[in-house]
Amino acid sequence: MRVGLFIPCYVDQFYPQVGMATVEVLERLGIEVDFPEAQTCCGQPMANTGCLDDTRPLADRFLQIFSGYDHVVSPSGSCVSMVRHHYEALFHNDARLHHLSEHTWELCEFLVDVLKVEKLPVRFPHRVGLHSSCHGLRELRLDACSERMGNQHSKVRRLLAGIDGIQLVDLKRCDECCGFGGTFAVAEEGVSILMGVDRIEDHVASGAEVMTATDASCLMHLEGIIRRRNIPLRTMHVAEILAGRNWQ
Amino acid sequence: MNAIHNTNHTGSRNSPPALDHPQLANIFTADQARAHWHDGALWFVRQKRDRMAKAIPEWEELRSLASQIKAHALANLPEYLELFERQATEMGAVVHWAADGQQHNQIVYDLLKENRAQRVVKSKSMLTEECHLNPFLEAHGIEVVDTDLGEWIVQLRGEPPSHIVLPAIHIKKEEVSETFHQHIHTEEGNYDPTYLTRQARHHLRQKFLGAQAGITGVNFAVAETGGLVICTNEGNADLGVSLPNLHIACMGIEKIVPRWIDLSVFIRLLARSATGQPITTYTSHFHGPRVGGQLHIVLVDNGRSAVRSHHTFQEALHCIRCGACMNTCPVYRRSGGHSYSNTVPGPIGSVLAPAMDAHKHHSLPYACTLCGSCTDVCPVKIPLHHQLLAWRGEMAERKLIPLSKRLSMKMGRIVLGNSLLFRTGGWLARFGLRMLPKWLTHHRLNTWARQRDLPIAPKQSFRALFQQRKKRHQD
Repeated sequence: MRVGLFIPCYVDQFYPQVGMATVEVLERLGIEVDFPEAQTCCGQPMANTGCLDDTRPLADRFLQIFSGYDHVVSPSGSCVSMVRHHYEALFHNDARLHHLSEHTWELCEFLVDVLKVEKLPVRFPHRVGLHSSCHGLRELRLDACSERMGNQHSKVRRLLAGIDGIQLVDLKRCDECCGFGGTFAVAEEGVSILMGVDRIEDHVASGAEVMTATDASCLMHLEGIIRRRNIPLRTMHVAEILAGRNWQ
Repeated sequence: MNAIHNTNHTGSRNSPPALDHPQLANIFTADQARAHWHDGALWFVRQKRDRMAKAIPEWEELRSLASQIKAHALANLPEYLELFERQATEMGAVVHWAADGQQHNQIVYDLLKENRAQRVVKSKSMLTEECHLNPFLEAHGIEVVDTDLGEWIVQLRGEPPSHIVLPAIHIKKEEVSETFHQHIHTEEGNYDPTYLTRQARHHLRQKFLGAQAGITGVNFAVAETGGLVICTNEGNADLGVSLPNLHIACMGIEKIVPRWIDLSVFIRLLARSATGQPITTYTSHFHGPRVGGQLHIVLVDNGRSAVRSHHTFQEALHCIRCGACMNTCPVYRRSGGHSYSNTVPGPIGSVLAPAMDAHKHHSLPYACTLCGSCTDVCPVKIPLHHQLLAWRGEMAERKLIPLSKRLSMKMGRIVLGNSLLFRTGGWLARFGLRMLPKWLTHHRLNTWARQRDLPIAPKQSFRALFQQRKKRHQD
């Protein structure tokens, strides 16, 4: 099985520990990952701004770099959703895209759906608040969302719940957006900050020591507010917890 | 003329300030306590909706059915509209067709004039808000009183509604008390909701008794029967059309459902989604005029045909105006309905408004984090956040986004489109963040960093660490 590792551009540059944790989780499960050096960005910032002409060259690049792999795995629900759901509008009937969109996975769903992992042999004896990043939640359906009724899959929560010593706290609003939203964080600064503060306060009030998420972008925004206000809450990407990282 | 009609609505209702959503939102969020209170009030409604939806085992099937019925009705809209017209006419109603808001207003005015109606009561109708009917009629000397309590409060204050189901959700009871004191001379400083409601009831009752015509909106129009369904909690629509002899019902053409039995899907979804009630207090069916009375139905297009013919946005016409997308939207809850400068605010408003005027409403598709909560809560399954994303593509295509945004995306494409440039740029950013003093990286012009710290820059990128690790493993 040839597995290509897709590390989002800002993770590559600012959160290398998230990428390394992803590599470790996969290698421990016997998956040898390949990191194609030419990769940069999936094009989501441009696509979400509506600039499709600026998105196309990046998406095309991504397609060329990654279409030779059996699976592509990434520690980001948002970027995976871009490839799986939004490339289609850019390419018409490209056979390579068909394969790629069906075989590009967010880390947790790759573990659960492809590798059929039930439990990871790591320990994390802390109170953890799971921030359900929206694109992972509502575009990839990684967990149950509060708007929809009936039975729903739970992938991230199940993986985390299976970790030794972990205590997942109950939030008042289990899946409200953090207010990052890409350029929204800057263009709509006032609302973005209020949303972030509300999420952080919910986690703190629920007794969480660590806030985790499937997307480092949400955490970058939340961590920025936490550090500015000296709030006693730590952020860690899900991959870091799954890799058994210590919290300090 | 009483105090209501001395208020000049025209300015506030017809021409919202030329500010973008972020600017108006920043004004609203500046009062953090108020924004927090507003958010909480609407989240409470969202939670009520969740409890109601959870109690229906087939909730998701109902949503799918509703979506399919709407898709079918819209695909065959001309046929169903004509069928509706025939059936309604047969029962004695008169059907009028209006291409736009102006025609709609003229038709309503002409009917009132013919019938010498000077005093009109109106139940809640977002369509008449959209067409700015009140200021039009007032300019012609007709007194219009909004009889829905929330609508009446905003009418007294000379404001547009800030929510389609809860028009005065942005106003606190203390402010309602002040408004009532000013306009209907209630006791100053008496904030008791029961007292205020009784006073409103007493005052409005006189308006009902004196009204010469009743105008209502329409929730559903049934093609096969020619009947109308109007849902209210206050019974104000019923009273408003039962006392006077003239009933004018105004509806957008998308309100059509094919069959009477289809209501068994929509009525179950509407109030549960809107306010978390199993059903509205009054669900009234109108089949033709009452004995001795007249029923006029005004069918309004006002841009709907254009939306219908647009492949990407046509599903927006499924909307049954429940307001659930507003209650769930984390942006709407914190920025308030007036920040959208449109009769219909929130996610659905941000899809519909640019279809009417893309230039004026260019910032609305960006007043959204693309979280997708609206899409999942929508009882008729409008893919709202994907439509907002599609609107962004339209805005960029029509060059309606700021030049700075366009240029930064172009720059992004160039830097991210070349691995060497990307690595160099990344290195420079990390180096700069580590070496430069904080005041130089976290200055006021850096919007990200005004209220947030930038990430702590690592010395090495992932790709460098990965290479080193690979080397170690090979050695």
